[in-house]
This record gives sequence, structure tokens and C-alpha cells, in this order.
Amino acid sequence: MPSENLVEIQELNFTYDVRPVLQGINMHFPRGKVVAIMGLSGCGKTTLLRLIGGQLKPSSGQVQVAGQTIHTLDREGLFRMRRRMGMLFQFGALYTDMSVFDNVAFQMREHTDLPESLIRDLVLLKLEAVGLRGAHNLMPTELSGGMARRVALARAIALDPMLMLYDEPFAGLDTISLGVIGNLIRHLNDALGATSIVVTHDVQESLKIVDYIYFMSEGRVIAEGTPDELRAADTGFVHQFVHGEIDGPMPFHYPGAGYAEDLALDVAHA
Amino acid sequence: MLERAITGIRGTGHRVVNGVWRLGYASRFFLAVLLHSSMSFRRFHLTIKEIYFSGVLSLIIILVSGLFVGMVLGLQGYETLQKYGSESALGTLVALSLVRELGPVLAALLFASRAGSAITAEIGLMKATEQISAMEMMAVDPIARVVAPRFWAGVISMPLLAAMFSATGVFGGYLIGVVLIGVDEGQFWSQMQAAVDFRQDVMNGVIKSCVFGVAITAIALFEGYDAPPTAEGVSHATTRTVVTSALAVLALDFILTAFMFRGL
Ligand SMILES: Nc1ncnc2c1ncn2[C@@H]1O[C@H](COP(=O)(O)OP(=O)(O)O)[C@@H](O)[C@H]1O
Ligand SMILES: [Mg+2]
Repeated sequence: MPSENLVEIQELNFTYDVRPVLQGINMHFPRGKVVAIMGLSGCGKTTLLRLIGGQLKPSSGQVQVAGQTIHTLDREGLFRMRRRMGMLFQFGALYTDMSVFDNVAFQMREHTDLPESLIRDLVLLKLEAVGLRGAHNLMPTELSGGMARRVALARAIALDPMLMLYDEPFAGLDTISLGVIGNLIRHLNDALGATSIVVTHDVQESLKIVDYIYFMSEGRVIAEGTPDELRAADTGFVHQFVHGEIDGPMPFHYPGAGYAEDLALDVAHA
Repeated sequence: MLERAITGIRGTGHRVVNGVWRLGYASRFFLAVLLHSSMSFRRFHLTIKEIYFSGVLSLIIILVSGLFVGMVLGLQGYETLQKYGSESALGTLVALSLVRELGPVLAALLFASRAGSAITAEIGLMKATEQISAMEMMAVDPIARVVAPRFWAGVISMPLLAAMFSATGVFGGYLIGVVLIGVDEGQFWSQMQAAVDFRQDVMNGVIKSCVFGVAITAIALFEGYDAPPTAEGVSHATTRTVVTSALAVLALDFILTAFMFRGL
């Protein structure tokens, strides 16, 4: 009997060298849903995705995907698990020595014995889903940022994954590409019957497409809720973040020496 | 004073420990490449593609350099040999210097700067742009899929390139010695044939260039794989590849020569 949650994170802690990056994270991701993890840059979102994908091992606590604890799997088991995951990297991470077509076909050729004619049909199908069938002969360097992101998306869904991980899918896109990618994430999730985890700091775009949101700050979950609940929040960090206000509980300044001291130092040098 | 001495000693110790640690890491990397090599042969087209990039694309520079080195040998060799009235040994001189030493060593140095640096930069950039991570997330082992084919391509290309370097070199020596200066053609070739021993000279040269091929590609791949994922990191790694593999080639050449030609 499969549990209702595809991914469960329990009391997860993670430390790079000595600096704690994630502290006591508890999250769950129900099957079929699109869930966003939001927070400012550097709060540990990418690290969290890497822990889910098994590229990092937790210092304590655990991540379970489809009932299996990721960090206890051996390499075989982990690779078997990853074949059912798709990940969209922050900058696409397309293989620059292969054409768009070969990028999308990569996993099919590595993991299946499908005949080349069938692979061709499947690749064109995936590219059609992101609206780039006509671009299959181009090289990654010939694509714009938004197109590269869509090709990477087609590549990530090549083997119809059960879990999609998106790292900053909206970063650096113009408003039109932004909407296109947002709709694709929602649409593909529902069409594949997958579960999606979207890491982002783009509040407005994600509020439109996700079912549930976790807010992180400095390695902790500080708020969570459905988009409506969060929009209704009228105080504190969530309000500041959702409405993009500069003043609020979240400090604008990185902690450091006093401004006057720094300036005085410069005068002394001049 | 004492404090500075302590800091100095500590710094030295730190560097030594770091160096040893890196060497161990490199050895484990090398071992992993060997263990994950089956795909490079099972899907040989992956290796062929890399032979094209590191071997075939190095051909021009290898052939041109070989020709010039051979022509210089022809000039210098004639200059010296004619003093002793033995110009007819020019063919032997040119062929032996190329086959034993200059072919393998110079081809290796050129290969390190042409193909080795390219390999480091490519792998380093693949890492910096998360292509390696992406491959791992697709359950494909980057050591087997990306690193091992490049390694075997380098190991296969190096002796072939060295052989072509020597061949064009001999031709260059012929052009200068026979065509330009007018050394007797029959003597040029027959003395060469008589003096160059297949096992002693040719095979030893081939063994050398195989060893150089392993060293250069292993260094280039490791530097690329280990490079910090930044523009600066990749550029430093590329420089280190050229410097380290040049030193490695010259040191290995001395060691191999000492063993091979001891009896002569
Ligand atoms: N390889 C690493 N080694 C040490 N610290 C790291 C490493 N990668 C990331 N960090 C640190 O971990 C924190 C979280 O990083 P990351 O998960 O990339 O943040 P986000 O994706 O939310 O911007 C950052 O403060 C970053 O400096
Ligand atoms: Mg990030």
C-alpha cells in the first residue's frame, strides 16, 4: 500500500564542514501535487534538492522517497531510484557537446534498448510538449535562456519520472518565458501523474501554479501553507516576502562590521 | 621569531599533507577510471568520437612539427657528420633520434598542450555547468560515460601520433639530406634500415609513447574533474595540466630510457 506522500523529510539536518545549512527540516510532498520551497538565496534550497536526489548525505534525519530512505540505498539502488526522478538544474545543464535531440534522447539511449526509430518519435513528442520540436537540430549554444530551460525540461521528463525536482526554474527569465515555464511545470505534472518539488524565490509566479508552499529561512522552515493562506498572511516574514517589501523582519544587510568603521578604513587608505 | 618559525613549519606540513592527500585522491580516481572502462569498449563509438577530438584534431600540429624537427635534424646532423666524413650515416642519425627519443617525447609534449589542455577545460566546464551532476542525477556514471572513453582515446592516440611524428620527421630528414644537400639516397635508406632495430628501437619508442599517453590523459582528466567549478578554477587546472604532464613526460622518459638502453 503506497503511502499518500511520495517524499517525506524527517528531522533533516545538514552541515557543510562545520556550518549548519539545514536544521530540523520536516516536510512532506503528497503524490500528484506541486509543492514549492521558497526562500532567499543561500538559505539551503539547492542543498535540500541534492539531499532528496541523494547527491549529499544528511548529517542526521532522513529523506524518504517512495518509502525508501535515500541515504541508506547502495549505488545500484540509488541509480534505480534516480531513473524515476527528473531534475531541472538551475542553468539547464544541457550537454553542450550534443544537439537538442541527443540531449533529450540521452537517457533513453542509456537506460533502454528502444530502437532508434522509436526513440526519435519519443524525443519529438517530448520536445513537442515544451513547444520546441522545430529546434531539435540546434546545439545548446544556439538557444536562448528560456529555450534552454525548456529543452532541459523535455530532457528531465524523458523517462516519465514519478518525481520532478526543479531548481530555480524561473531564475533569469523574461516575463513571457516565466509564464510559459510555470504553466509547463503544472501541466506536465498533471499529465505525467508525477509529483513536483519547485525550489524558487519567485513568489508571484509560483503562487499561481503550486498546491502548497514551504518558506525557508537560514536553513529552517519558518512558514507553510496553501497559496491562499499565505496571501492572506498580513504580518511578518511571509507578508514581507509575498509582497516584496524591503522593510520587515528579514534584514536587508548582511551582518558585518559597522558601516562607519568600513568607511574610515577606506579614508585611511586613500 | 619562534612564532614565525612555527607558522612556517605548520604551513609546510599542511602543504605536504595536502599534496599526499591529493595524490591519493588522484590514484583512487585513476583506479575508478580503470574499473569503469568496460563501457568504453562495449560502446566503442564513444571512444572513437574522442579519438577524433584528441587524436585526429592533433594530427596537423604533430605532422607539421615532425616535418620541421626532421629537417632540422637533417641540417644539424649533416653539419656534424660531414666533419668525420660519414654523411652516409645521416639516415641512421635522423631515424634513431626520432624513433627512440624525439618522436615519443615531442609528440607527447605537443599532445599535452593540444589535447590534454582541451580535455581538462572540457571536463572542468562540464562540472562547472552542472553537466556532471545532471548525468549523475540521470543515473549515468560520469566516470564510465565521460571520463573513461577520453582516457582510452588518449592512450590509443598517443602511440599513433608519435609514430606519425617520427615518420614525417624521417621524411623531413630525407628532404634536407638527400634532396637538398645531395647525400646518396641508397646509403641514406640502407644504413637506416641496417641500424634501426625493430625491438630495441621501434618497440621501445612505442612503449614510451603508450606510457606518456596514460600519464597525460590521466593528469588531464583528473585536473578537469578536480577543478573548482569556476572560470578561474578551470583556467588554473588547464595550466596545471600542461605543466604537470610536461614534467611527467620528461621524468618518465628519463626513467624509461635508463631501463631500456642500459645495455648499449
Ligand atoms: N559545496 C559547498 N561547500 C560549502 N558550503 C556550501 C557549498 N554549497 C553551498 N554551500 C553553502 O550552503 C548554503 C546553502 O546553499 P544553497 O543550498 O546553494 O542555497 P540556495 O540554493 O538556497 O541559494 C550557502 O550559504 C552556501 O554558501
Ligand atoms: Mg540554489
